[in-house]
Amino acid sequence: MLKTQAYTSDGQSPFFDEMLRPDGTPRPAYAEILKWLSGQSRASFKAKQEEADAIFRRLGITFAVYGAEEANERVIPFDMIPRIISAAEWRFLERGIEQRVRSLNAFLYDIYHRQEIVRAGKIPSSMVNENPAFLPEMMGFDPPGNVYAHIIGVDLVRTGENGFFVLEDNLRTPSGVSYMLENREAMMHLFPELFAAHRVAPVERYPELLRQTLESMAPRECDSDPTIAVLTPGVFNSAYFEHAFLADQMGVELVQGSDLIIEDGALYMRTIRGKERLHVLYRRLDDAFLDPLNFRPDSLLGVPGLFDLYRAGKVTIVNAPGTGIADDKAVYAYVPEIVSFYTGEKPILDNVQTFRCSIDDERGHVLDKLDELVVKEVHGSGGYGMLIGPHASKKERADFAEKIRANPANYIAQPTLSLSTCPAFCPEGVAPRHVDLRPFVLVGDRVRVTPGGLTRVAMKKGSLVVNSSQGGGTKDTWVLED
Amino acid sequence: MRIAITHISEYRYDGPAGSAVQALRLTPAPVKGQTLVSWKVEAPGIDSACSYTDGFGNLVHLVSPPADSTVVRIAATGVVETTDTGGVSGWTGEAVAAGAFLRSTPMTTADTAIEAMAEAVRSDDRLATLHALMDAVSEHVAYEPGSTHAQTTAAAAFDAKMGVCQDHAHIFIAASRFLRIPARYVTGYLLLEDGAEAPAHHAWAEAYVDDLGWVGFDAANCLCPTDRYVRLGAGLDAASAAPIRGVRRMTGEESLTVDVDVQAVGQGQSQSQSQSGGSQSQQ
Amino acid sequence: MLGRTASNLFWMARYIERAENVARLTEVGHRLSLTPDVGSGYREDWYSTLAAAGCLDKFDSGRNRPTAAAVHKYLLFDRSNPSSVSACLEAARHNGRSVRTALTREVWEALNSTWIEFSNFQPADFGPGKLPELLDWVRQRSILFRGAVQGTLLRDEGYHFIETGTFVERSDNTARILDVKYNVLLPTTGTAGDERGMHQWETILRSASAHRSYRHVYKSRYRPANVLDFLILRPEMPRSLRFCQDRLEWSAAALAAATSGGAASLALARESGLKLRESAVDRIFQVGLHEYLTEFLTRTAEFADTLAGDFHFN
Repeated sequence: MLKTQAYTSDGQSPFFDEMLRPDGTPRPAYAEILKWLSGQSRASFKAKQEEADAIFRRLGITFAVYGAEEANERVIPFDMIPRIISAAEWRFLERGIEQRVRSLNAFLYDIYHRQEIVRAGKIPSSMVNENPAFLPEMMGFDPPGNVYAHIIGVDLVRTGENGFFVLEDNLRTPSGVSYMLENREAMMHLFPELFAAHRVAPVERYPELLRQTLESMAPRECDSDPTIAVLTPGVFNSAYFEHAFLADQMGVELVQGSDLIIEDGALYMRTIRGKERLHVLYRRLDDAFLDPLNFRPDSLLGVPGLFDLYRAGKVTIVNAPGTGIADDKAVYAYVPEIVSFYTGEKPILDNVQTFRCSIDDERGHVLDKLDELVVKEVHGSGGYGMLIGPHASKKERADFAEKIRANPANYIAQPTLSLSTCPAFCPEGVAPRHVDLRPFVLVGDRVRVTPGGLTRVAMKKGSLVVNSSQGGGTKDTWVLED
Repeated sequence: MRIAITHISEYRYDGPAGSAVQALRLTPAPVKGQTLVSWKVEAPGIDSACSYTDGFGNLVHLVSPPADSTVVRIAATGVVETTDTGGVSGWTGEAVAAGAFLRSTPMTTADTAIEAMAEAVRSDDRLATLHALMDAVSEHVAYEPGSTHAQTTAAAAFDAKMGVCQDHAHIFIAASRFLRIPARYVTGYLLLEDGAEAPAHHAWAEAYVDDLGWVGFDAANCLCPTDRYVRLGAGLDAASAAPIRGVRRMTGEESLTVDVDVQAVGQGQSQSQSQSGGSQSQQ
Repeated sequence: MLGRTASNLFWMARYIERAENVARLTEVGHRLSLTPDVGSGYREDWYSTLAAAGCLDKFDSGRNRPTAAAVHKYLLFDRSNPSSVSACLEAARHNGRSVRTALTREVWEALNSTWIEFSNFQPADFGPGKLPELLDWVRQRSILFRGAVQGTLLRDEGYHFIETGTFVERSDNTARILDVKYNVLLPTTGTAGDERGMHQWETILRSASAHRSYRHVYKSRYRPANVLDFLILRPEMPRSLRFCQDRLEWSAAALAAATSGGAASLALARESGLKLRESAVDRIFQVGLHEYLTEFLTRTAEFADTLAGDFHFN
C-alpha cells in the first residue's frame, strides 16, 4: 500500500490542500483518487512511473535549458497522480477566464485605436504610449475579427477553497499546451481504469480547435481555404518540440523565416513544388524578431516586410504584434479596472495583490515590507531581475531598495503566495506538493477555454517554485463533468 | 507656390539582387499647407505591390524587385501646391496618438547634455519653448555634411557639435520629448534660395502644440517650414520615417545614388543634388 | 513539403552514410597498420585513408607523418572535421530534428539514440584494442537507420529525398576509394602472383565491404579488371556506382512523377545511368580510369546541385 501519511504526519499544514480537508477527509472530487491510491503498491507505481518516463523519452518531449549544450535536453518530470478540478470550480474559472480574455482583447483594440481608457483617465497615457511593449505601428489597424490575442495561457494560483488568483496573463507566445496533451495521452495509456471511474472532460480536440481558430482569422481578402503555417525560431528554441508537435497535430507546415518569401505583395513558403501562398501565420517568435525591416534589423529569424503585409491585410499574424502591452507587469495592476471599463462588470477572477512602486504610498509599503514581498521588474520575464524578499539576504534587500528608489516605475511587488498543494508521488510516498495551473484559451469567432490546462508542480518538498528550469514537473489536469 | 519634385534613388548591386523587399514612404500626405496636384511612384514591382497607410499617416508601398535585378530604380515625381502656414501642419489625422510621440528611440534618447540644453529653454509657453529650443539646437550644432552617418544618435551628434538635418531634427526631438512635448521626425523637400548650399532632400521635426496641432521646426535652417517646404512623411525618428527602407537576403556590395530635383513651376528655379550612401542589407 | 524539409532529409541521409563510410575507411586503415609494413606502405596508407575520406587537405599533421592515434581521433571524434563520425552523427541528428514530424518514430530513434550514445563515448576509451568494436558499432547504427527507413517510411517524396542523399553520398565514396588507388588498378600493374598488388586490391574491396562477395561473384582471385567491374559496373553490388546510379534514377523518376517537377535532375540521372550501362572495363581503361572517375564525381555533384535547384532547397 502507498503511504499517504506524509500528508497527515506533518500536522496542520498552513497551505490549502486540494485532496484532503484539514481533518484528513477527502474532498468529494478526490474521493475516487484516494481510494485508488490506497489500492496501489509502491512497486507497481514505480513500474508505472518508469513506463511513463519511457513514453515521454520516446516521444522526444524535451526542453532545452538556456545556455546548456544540446545534449542537456531533458524530459520534464511527470507526476502520475492527476490534479482534479470539480465541475463547479471549473465553471467559475471558465467564466472568469473568458471575461478576462475578452476584456484584454477589448483593451488591445481600444489602445490601438481611440484610447478611450486613457482619455477616461483609467490608465496613465505614459504607461501605454511609452511602454516598450506597445507598438505604435499597430495603431489604426483592424485585425481580422478585431482579435489581437488568439492564443492565451492564463497562469492561475489557488490559495484556498474559493481563492483563485490570476498571476499572469500570457498573451504573447504562451507555451506548454503540448505537455497538457501528451500528459493526457500518457495517463490514458497508463491508467485506463481511472478514466472509467471518472467523467473527465476531454482536451484532445485542442489541435483541431486551434486550427479552426486560425482558419477563422484568415485575411478578409482570402476567399478559399486559408493556408496556415507555424513559424518557429528553429530547433535551438527551448519550445521547439511544441512548435513541431502543434504543426504536426494540425497538419500544417512548420516554417522558419528562411522558408518564407514576400513577392508581389503576398507571403509565400518555398516548397518542393515551388512557392505556396500563406494566409495565416501562427508565430512562436517574439515581436522584435518578426520582421527585420520593421523591428530589430539584426533579426535573422523573421521575414522582412511581414509586418507591412499584415497591415495591408495580406496575411494574419497570430497572436497580433503588440499584444505584449496587455500582459506587461505594470499594466497587470490595472487589469481589474480594465475588466470593469470594458464589461461594466466586477472581475470574476482576482489579481494577486500588487503594489506599484510608481505610486508613493505603495512604494513606501514595499520598502517597509521588503522581507515579505516578491519584487518584479515590470519588463523582465522568467524570473530575471526579481527579488524574493523572504529568501534574500539583508544586503540583497538593501541593494534592491536602492534600485527601486532610483527607478520606481520599473518595479511592482506582490506578497509571497501560499500556493495550494496536491498529492504527488515522491520518494517518501504520496506527499503534498505545491502547484499552479495554466489553462489554455483560444479566441477566434468565439472564446474556447480547454478544460483543465497544464498543472505545474514543485517536486521538491516545501518548494513554491514550479518552473521546469528549477526542477518542477507537470501533472495531467482533470476537469470532472457533472 | 507650385513645386515640381523628382526624387530618384538608384540601387546598384554587384550581382543579382536576390530576395529583397523595400518599403517606400514616398507619397506626401495632404496636410495643412500642401495639396498634391499630381504624384507618381515608380519602382520595379510597384504594380503588384501591397500598400496601406501606416500608423504615422504615411502611404506605404511594399515592393519586391525581381531577384535577378542588378539595378533597382525608384522614382517619385509630382507637383505639389503649397501655402505658407507659418510651419503649422495642424491635426494631420494619423492613427498614432500624440502621447506615443513621447517614446524615446535609440536615435532620439536625450543624454545629460541634451537635457541641460532643454532645461535652459523650459518655459510655461510651449510655443516659445519650442522656438527657443530650435535656436539653441541651431546654435550648438554646426551644419557639416559628412560629419555624421545614418545611424548617428542625437547624443553623439550633440557631443560632436556638428551634423546634418537628420541630426538637428533628432536632437530637437530628444530635447522636446524630455520636456514632455510630443515630437516627431519629418522628411520632405526644400526649394532652395538661389545659390544656397544644402540638399533639396530634407528633414526636420514637428512638435505638438495644443491649440495648433503639429508645428514644424527646422533646426538645421533655424526656421519654421514655409511654402518652400514639401512634407513627405513622418515617424518616430529617421529610421521610422525613412522614404525607402530595404532588406536584402544576399551578401554582396550595393551602392545607392539619390537624385533630387526641386523646382518652382513656371519660375525657372531649380536645384539638383546627388548623394551616395549604403543601405541596409542582410545575409 | 517545404524545400528546407527536402534539404534536411537529403542531408540527414548523406551524413549517416558518410559516418558509415568514414568508419569503414578507418577500419581498413587500422587493419593495414597491423599488417607487416611493405616498403613505405605504412605511411602511405594513412594518407590514402584520409584522401578517400575527403579529409587529406584539412588534416594538419604538422611536419610529422600522421600517426594512427591522431588520424583515428581526427576521423572519429574531431568536431572541427566536418566529415568526422562525430560531426556526421550530430549533423544527421540535427537535420532529422528539424524535420522530426516527417520521420517515423523508428527513424528518429535510430538517429537520436545513436547520437546520444556516441556523444557519451570518450576517445581515450578506444585504443587499438577497442577500436574495431566502436567502428563496427557505427556501421551497425547506420544499418539500423537504413532499416528503419526501408521498413517504416511511407514511399512519398520524403523517402526519395532520403534515398537520393544516401546514394549520392555512397557513389561519391566508392568513386573516391577507387580514384585514390587508381594507379594500382591499371592493367599494366596487375600481374598474377603480385603479392603487393593482391594486398592493395583486397584493401580496396574491403573499403567497400566487397571482399567476400567478390569471391561469390567471380569465383577467382583478385584481379584489377574484376575489382573495377565489381565496384563500378555490377548492378547487384550494393555499393557499386551502377547500383547507386540505378537507385538515384529510380528516386529522381519518382520525385518527378510525384511533383511534376525535377525534369533537369531526372535528365542528369538518366544520362549518368546510360553511361554506366554502356560502359565496360576495357573502355574505361581507354578513357583513362582516373579521368573516368573524375567525370563521374563531377556528374554526381552536378546532379546533387540540380536536384536542390529543382526542388527549391538550395
